[in-house]
Amino acid sequence: MEFVFPNDSHIPWSIMIVLYPYITGLVAGAFVVSALYHVFNQQVFRPVAKLALVTALCFCSCATLPLLLHLHHPLRAFNIMFTPNVRSAMAGFGFIYSLYMLLLIVEVWLVFRPDIVERAKSHTGATGFLYRVLALGDREITPGARTLDEWFIRALAIAGIPAACVLHGYVGFLFGAIKANPWWSTALMPVIFLVSAVVSGIAALLVLYLVLSRWRRVVPDAECVRALTRCLWISLVLAVSLELLEMIHMAYESGAEWHVISSLLSEKLSVSYGVIQLLLGSICPFVLLLIAMQRRIRPAVANILGGTAAVLTLVQVFAMRWNVVVGGQLFSKSFRGFVEYSVPVGGREGLVAVVIVLALPLGVLWVAAKLLPLWQHEESSDTEMVSS
Amino acid sequence: MRDQAGESTDCGCSGDCADSGESLARREFLRGATTVVLGGLSLSYLSVAAADINSDGQSQDGTDGSAAQETGSPVTESPAGNPPEGDILFGFLVDTGTCIGTGKCLSACRTENDVPEGNSRTWVERYVHFKDGRLQVDLVPETGYAGSGLPLIDPDEVDRSYFVPKLCNHCEDAPCTQVCPVHASFTSPEGVELVDPNRCIGCAYCVQACPYGARFINPETSSADKCTWCYHRIMRGEKPACVEACPVDARVFGRLDDPRSEINKRLAKVPASVLKEHLGTHPKLHYLGLSGDVT
Repeated sequence: MEFVFPNDSHIPWSIMIVLYPYITGLVAGAFVVSALYHVFNQQVFRPVAKLALVTALCFCSCATLPLLLHLHHPLRAFNIMFTPNVRSAMAGFGFIYSLYMLLLIVEVWLVFRPDIVERAKSHTGATGFLYRVLALGDREITPGARTLDEWFIRALAIAGIPAACVLHGYVGFLFGAIKANPWWSTALMPVIFLVSAVVSGIAALLVLYLVLSRWRRVVPDAECVRALTRCLWISLVLAVSLELLEMIHMAYESGAEWHVISSLLSEKLSVSYGVIQLLLGSICPFVLLLIAMQRRIRPAVANILGGTAAVLTLVQVFAMRWNVVVGGQLFSKSFRGFVEYSVPVGGREGLVAVVIVLALPLGVLWVAAKLLPLWQHEESSDTEMVSS
Repeated sequence: MRDQAGESTDCGCSGDCADSGESLARREFLRGATTVVLGGLSLSYLSVAAADINSDGQSQDGTDGSAAQETGSPVTESPAGNPPEGDILFGFLVDTGTCIGTGKCLSACRTENDVPEGNSRTWVERYVHFKDGRLQVDLVPETGYAGSGLPLIDPDEVDRSYFVPKLCNHCEDAPCTQVCPVHASFTSPEGVELVDPNRCIGCAYCVQACPYGARFINPETSSADKCTWCYHRIMRGEKPACVEACPVDARVFGRLDDPRSEINKRLAKVPASVLKEHLGTHPKLHYLGLSGDVT
């Protein structure tokens, strides 16, 4: 039974291609939360609206890093925009990514423009110079200009929703359009990627909000946490339903390649799919979030339950990306044998590089938090110091 | 010509005679000789590019182009300066009933194309159906079975067995070429799927898209690599290295657009099939006697 095509003996897409959709998913999901505030005026998300937007920008700024680490000719990366093959789904990446990145930069700039201009006036020296550069020469903000800013922010947030959907739905399309691979080739793939992106983005935001609140010794807004928990639960239910639907459909249809996919799930992905993605990452957070959403639960308990569930959900989404990307390469196209893959520690596509790629957006976020007031709204709201 | 050039260099004159009539004549001669040499080189280049097939499929000696392909007519016999103007469509036929698994095609390909160890542009699969219903699939060693050290199979246990050579299918609707984001994978005018290693960004999307496992990232060039049907040979009118090495003509290469070609004659005798037909890639690699067990 074990027969592998000679060129299938190692997998061409490593863990870096797992990280790429994971990071863009976080971007898309975080942006959706910010859009809920800016477009749909969901005031409950006000405490995290700025954090969501800046988080999306920070992760987006690092989204190409895993791709560059994966490319065998990274110096030719820009050829994807200089000489694009319009028939290739991948050729759209450079344009979609650039457009979305530009949109994020402009929106973040507009949102923080009053703060930047104010600091450009109040700060001196190198810091003042930096803010004057960021202000792009604008030293005064009139009420009329601010109204115009608000209009543009809303317009960009509206445009950003389909852009975020395209950015991440497109990543799913890259896999779903590969007819050579029965584990990938499904029209559901872009939808699954998109919904799981929303899951990971909300979960990341919830974890960041809770951790940063703890770090800043402030109590997280209970209503905001509850709203995030509710959104996370709904999107998780939708994502897991779609993921299961896809698998059940394959199993029920029992096509020509089902024998290899069933072996893949029961043998090669038994831990990463069965234990991590389904049990630990889907069922556990489903229950935890359900409890955390209840109004009679004390906020401190809800924070712990919601935070734990969010971390588990982040693990679930990572496992889902792993199972799709790596899982789809673990069987040979002979459909008669399997391939082994283990992540090396060092090297361009090793564990150390993975940690750096995941930590870098957080580092960028730390710098952004130093430069921009992410928590200004709290000046007018009731905050209390955590007794501990 | 070499003698005359030799005279000019052996005259021993210095720059003093630069304006002499003799020097002018020599200069004119050298200019003319250079033109002839460059012209000749250009023509031979064109003839290489055009192989020995002209627009109507006829070679200079009056034989049809496909015959020239299949007999391996050297480039010097081709019509110099007549690049092909008409449509040429190459195809490949594998006769699984003929292949005896010598492995000679494999080593010929590796040598001809400097294929790195660990990857293959072509391979041969052995299918052994045992009487108890088991099916064993493995690879034919490149050195052949003799001296390979592989365990022998008891012929009494075998119901039937056959060999299936594999290589790039050079699909008409090639998914690998479709997904290449930078046009590094492209189709030659003769229908051969090729890769420009200097343009490839090494994303490996084509490797994923190929349903036949024919592509790989060459560790030496870091670019996508695959069987080219020995494009450098076939455009000189030679056979692909694997075809030439096959002792039993299990591999046939030729022109699909020429009804008199050997490949078309053999395709006309018995119904042929292609691999993974349901995917709609329309391979130009055809198989005779292909078993339904082959993937």
